[in-house]
Amino acid sequence: MTSTNGDGHRPGRRRGYSAWSLLRHGLGREEWPRAWYERELRGSYDAVIIGGGVHGLATAYYLARDHGVRDVAVLDRAYIGSGGSGRNTAILRSNYLTPEGVRFYDRSVKLYEHLAADLNFNVMFSQRGHLTLAHNDASLRTMHWRTEVNKLQGVDSEVIGPDRISELVPYLDTSGEARYPILGALYHPPGGIVRHDAVVWGYARGADAHGVHIHQQTEVTGIDVERGRVTGVQTNRGRIATPVVLNATAGWAGLVSDMAGVSLPIQTSPLQAAVTEPVRPFLDTVVVSGTLHVYVSQTDRGELVFGASVDPFASYSMRGSLEFAEGIAGHVLELMPALHRIRLLRQWAGLCDMTPDYSPIMGPTPVEGFYVDVGWGTYGFKAGPVSGEAMAACLAHGKPPEIISAFGLDRFGDGRLVGEKGAAAVGH
Amino acid sequence: MMLLPCPWCGPRTATEFRFVGEARPRPDPATATPEQWRHYLYVHANPCGWSTETWYHRAGCRRYLSVERHTLTHEIRAVRDAATGTTAEAAP
Repeated sequence: MTSTNGDGHRPGRRRGYSAWSLLRHGLGREEWPRAWYERELRGSYDAVIIGGGVHGLATAYYLARDHGVRDVAVLDRAYIGSGGSGRNTAILRSNYLTPEGVRFYDRSVKLYEHLAADLNFNVMFSQRGHLTLAHNDASLRTMHWRTEVNKLQGVDSEVIGPDRISELVPYLDTSGEARYPILGALYHPPGGIVRHDAVVWGYARGADAHGVHIHQQTEVTGIDVERGRVTGVQTNRGRIATPVVLNATAGWAGLVSDMAGVSLPIQTSPLQAAVTEPVRPFLDTVVVSGTLHVYVSQTDRGELVFGASVDPFASYSMRGSLEFAEGIAGHVLELMPALHRIRLLRQWAGLCDMTPDYSPIMGPTPVEGFYVDVGWGTYGFKAGPVSGEAMAACLAHGKPPEIISAFGLDRFGDGRLVGEKGAAAVGH
Repeated sequence: MMLLPCPWCGPRTATEFRFVGEARPRPDPATATPEQWRHYLYVHANPCGWSTETWYHRAGCRRYLSVERHTLTHEIRAVRDAATGTTAEAAP
C-alpha cells in the first residue's frame, strides 16, 4: 500500500485527465488524485492575493505560468469559490456597449473557449447563444448601438425580429398581446453558460501545479503599509510579509481596501438568483430581459436558472427575500407562460460591488505594491480569465497592460468614466 | 422582507421606499474643486455595520427620512424625518 499524506489521498505526481484515465479509474479501484493540495503557510511570499475566487486564482495561475512568479499565496477566508464565483448564474458574453468593455470581455470569451484544454479540466463551456430582448423602442435603439460597436470590435452580434426569436426560443411569448411585447432582440451567438465551480477548481489545480499556495480559512484582518508601501498582511493565522498585495475580493472589496487606507467608489448590494426543479431540455439559448430584470438559462441537468438585478439598496446580507421570489416568478411567466407549474428548488444571493459607471476598477493604487481587481458588480465571473491574465501582467510589471488601462482607480478623480450601464445594468 | 418604521405612516415594507444612500453634507458647488465634487459624487462609505442613510417614502408620505440601519442584519434603530427631525413618537 502506498503512503498517503494524512487525508487519505495519495501525494505525488499529478496525472492529466483524459479519456484513458477516466476508463482506467472507472474500471479499477484506484482513487483519483487530489486536484490541488493544502500547503504549509509560510511567513513570506513574493505576492499575496486576497480572494480565492476565479479572479484571484486565475491571476495566480497566469502569474506563475506566464511570468514565472511562483512564490504566490492565494488567501480565502472561507473556501475557494465561496463568494461570487460560486453564486453567479454562469453566463458568458461579450456584447457590451463601450469599445473598451467589448474588447475586454471578448478576450475573456476567447480565453474561455480554450480554457478546458489549457487547464486540462472540463469547464463545460456551452456556446449556445445569448438573446437580450427589447420590449420598447429605447431598448431596441441601444441594441442597434451595441450591435454596431460589437461589429467594429469583431464580435458576432445582430438585432433579430420576433419571428427569428420564436424559432430560437419556441416557448417565448412573442405575440403582440403580451404585457411587455417583444419587439426584437440582440442575438449574440458566442455567448453561453459554463460550469462555474469547474472554472474555480481548474484554475486552483493549474495554479497549484505551478507552485502557488492556496490557503483556505485564512482571513486577512489587516494590511501593513509603511511609508506608502505595502509590507505584509495580517491574518487569523499570523502575519505574512510580502511586497505585493492584490485585493481580488468581491463583496468585501471596500472593507479590504480600507485596511490599506485606499477608499473605493463602491456600494455593495446583494443580487439574488434561483433555480427550479429539472425539466426536459427545451431552452437552448440564454434569454435576458432588461425591462423585466430577469435572465433565464437551462443547465445541463435541466434546471432553469433565474437571475435578477441587484437589490435596490446597500446591504451585505445574503438572505433571500420573498419580494425577489415573487418578482422573478411574475417576470419569468410574463416571458414564458407555459412555465406556470414549475417549482423553485432554492434561491440564494451573492454580493455585488457596484461602481458608479458599471465598469471594474483594476490596477495600481496610491499605496505602492497594493493592487486592486475589484468593483465587479454583476459581471465579474465572465471576466475571470482576462482579469487574471491582465492582473498577472500588472503585478509582474508594476503597471497595467493596455487592455485594462481604461479601468484604473484614477478615472473617478479625472472624470474619465467608462459608462457601461446600458449593457450591464441587469446583471447577467 | 424589511420593514421601515416611517414616522408619518407607521411600519411599511421597504419596497415602498427608494434608497437614496449615505446621508452626508454636499460641498458648496461655488467653491468645491472638481476633485472634491467627484469625490462627493462617487466615493461613499460602504460599511458592513451601522449606517446612517436617506430613504424616500415614494409610495407613502413622500418625505425624505434619515434611517440608522445595520447593513448586514437589516436591523433599524432610529428613523426620523430628514428635514424636520420628527420621530415616530413626536409625529401627530
